[in-house]
Order: sequence, then C-alpha cells, then structure tokens
Amino acid sequence: MIVAEQKPLNEIKAMLKGFNKVLAVGCGTCVTVCFAGGKQEVGILSASLRMSTDLDGEAVSIDEAMVQRQCEAEYNAPLEANLEQYDAILSLGCGVGVQSLAQQFPGKRILPALNTKFMGYPAEHGVWEERCQGCGNCVLHITGGICPVSRCPKSLFNGPCGGSQSGICEVDEETECAWHNICENQLRLGLFEEMMEVQPAKDWSSARDGGHRKIVREDVRIPDVEKA
Amino acid sequence: MQTFAPQIVAFCCRHCAYSAADLAGGARLSYPPSIKIVEMPCTGRANVLEILHALEKGADGVAVAGCLPGTCHYIKGNTLAKHRVDHVMELLKSIGLEQQRARMINISAAMGAQFANEVTNFFETIKALGPSPLSGATSNTRIGS
Repeated sequence: MIVAEQKPLNEIKAMLKGFNKVLAVGCGTCVTVCFAGGKQEVGILSASLRMSTDLDGEAVSIDEAMVQRQCEAEYNAPLEANLEQYDAILSLGCGVGVQSLAQQFPGKRILPALNTKFMGYPAEHGVWEERCQGCGNCVLHITGGICPVSRCPKSLFNGPCGGSQSGICEVDEETECAWHNICENQLRLGLFEEMMEVQPAKDWSSARDGGHRKIVREDVRIPDVEKA
Repeated sequence: MQTFAPQIVAFCCRHCAYSAADLAGGARLSYPPSIKIVEMPCTGRANVLEILHALEKGADGVAVAGCLPGTCHYIKGNTLAKHRVDHVMELLKSIGLEQQRARMINISAAMGAQFANEVTNFFETIKALGPSPLSGATSNTRIGS
C-alpha cells in the first residue's frame, strides 16, 4: 500500500492562512489502512485545526468529507456540488489523491495535509516498512522475494557490501541487511547456486530516472466511438 | 460572582471505574457534580477523536478511567487507552491547549474512595488551570445544557 504520514499541525495551519472555510477530504483506501488519512484522521486533524485556529483568534471553519478512492475522478465527483462554499480543499490523500483533486477542480486551491512516504508493508500495528520503489523492472524472482532496490540502501544487485555485519546494515543497526536475507532465503529454497550468475548493471530508465512514466493499455481502453 | 466549576467528561470502563463511581455514590462519598461520567464497555473503546471532540465542545478536562495495569477485562484495553491519552496530550500541545486537560486514571471496581479522590484531584488541577479557552464562557451549564 501507499504509506503516508500527516504533516506537522503548524505546517498545515500555515497553509490555511487566509482561508475562512475549508473542506478536509480523506481517502478510504491506502491512507485509511495506514492511519494517515481515513475518516478518523480527518476528524482528528479537523478538530485540532478548528481548536488551534480558534485559540489563535483566526478561526477557520473546517468541514469533513470522505471519498472511497481520491485517486480516481468518479469517486471525487460528488464533492463538486458543495465546493463553491469552500475557499480551499485540504486533502488527506496521498500525492496522487491531491493531484487528482487539483486536476478535477482546477479553480480550487488544493492543499496537501500528508507527506506520502513509500509503498510499504505493515510490519506490525503502527509500523510500516518500505518494500517497493516502483523501479519498473521487478527482480524478486531471483532475489528470494526480497527487493534489493528498496531494502538495500545502495540498491546493490550482486550481494552485500562490506558494511553488512552479522545480518545488520551499516546504515542503521535496526535495519536488516537485505542481501544477507536474500542469501538466507535462496539457501532455504535450494537456489543459492543461481546467485553465482552476475547480474548486469540495472537499467534505471524504467525507474524514475527515465522521466515521467505512463502506461497505456489499448486492450482495456474504452474506444472513442465518434473518432472510430 | 459565580465560582468556576470545571466541566469534566470522564470516560469510565464499566468493569472498574464506572463500578467504582457507583460504589463511591453508594458509600455517600462526594465528588464534584460537574464531572460527567460516560460509561464504556472498556477504555480500549475510548478514541482520540472522542476525547478531542469533548474538549472542542467546551469540556475543561477529559479523564479516561480504566482498570489497574494488567487487570483489563479485555487484556489490554487500558494500555491502549493510556497510549491514546498520551497521544491526545501531544496533540493538545501542538493545538495550544494545556496538556493537563487530559488524564488517564487507573482504578479497580473496589476502589470507590480512590475514585472520588482521583476525580476530585483532577477537578482541582483543572480548576487551577482555569476555564478552557475554547469553552467561550465560565458558565456551569455548557455541557448537557
């Protein structure tokens, strides 16, 4: 899932400066599951902002709304009917959600309440760990199901670096060495020999380094009957 | 001149603090009448939003009263509640309200006198802080009026 966390209250208050009436909009998908932008978090942030701006003598009226999936226009469409009364929308969606609202409602100021962090795994209740960077060319079949791109700070492709000590990464003593774990997994699976094959330098053009990415699937596109 | 009687909401677990409040009442032990008790199945049910809403709507203080550590009927509801109250205290700091306006209390069902003492102590703490700046007035009839 996409993992996000709320910006500090003071930063959000600074963004709201000059607005009188704001609509806080949460998202019912990834940010609900990671407790950053669900219904509960929208309520807590809105109440905190109402109280704090009231105490500052610059009370901002904040209404609350939820959409099931802020990254898709059809889910946001019902918001439009009441938007006129608001000076701005405070989005508790991920970066995709914020941009969807900005694209859909171009005349409205859209403010991000969250910092979108990574695609992650809920290691335990309240703990999320990065698992994927969306590099565009998955290698998990040859790395024992552990991603060296997102879990090795150096994104190495041919074994651990010299900083791996007893399975711990040199960057942070609470981080396990991804390559140590890859080796362990491959040994357990009887695939260790496969690791002797040297992996070529990764082509990062499929990742962010290649610029803005886009996928077009003609098989699932809805044809434009008028143009056909 | 009317004296300031803090309006306090106390979220009380039915297995301990709520029964302790009952016991205090049965024993004719007095505690401030402006403490409004909300019975809960467990303090694990008390969430951050409810506590904030009480303060936003004008409560001068909010207490969450659960079982003694290690004796929760649902194993760890009171521990979860403690974490949430701690989180509320952090939020209050960033909001600009005094952190002392939220408090976790741990008590057993047999501790009627201690319940009266604990909530009276909280009442006095809030009284010393003064009315919540969000209450808009020092009236005694804000909550439930």
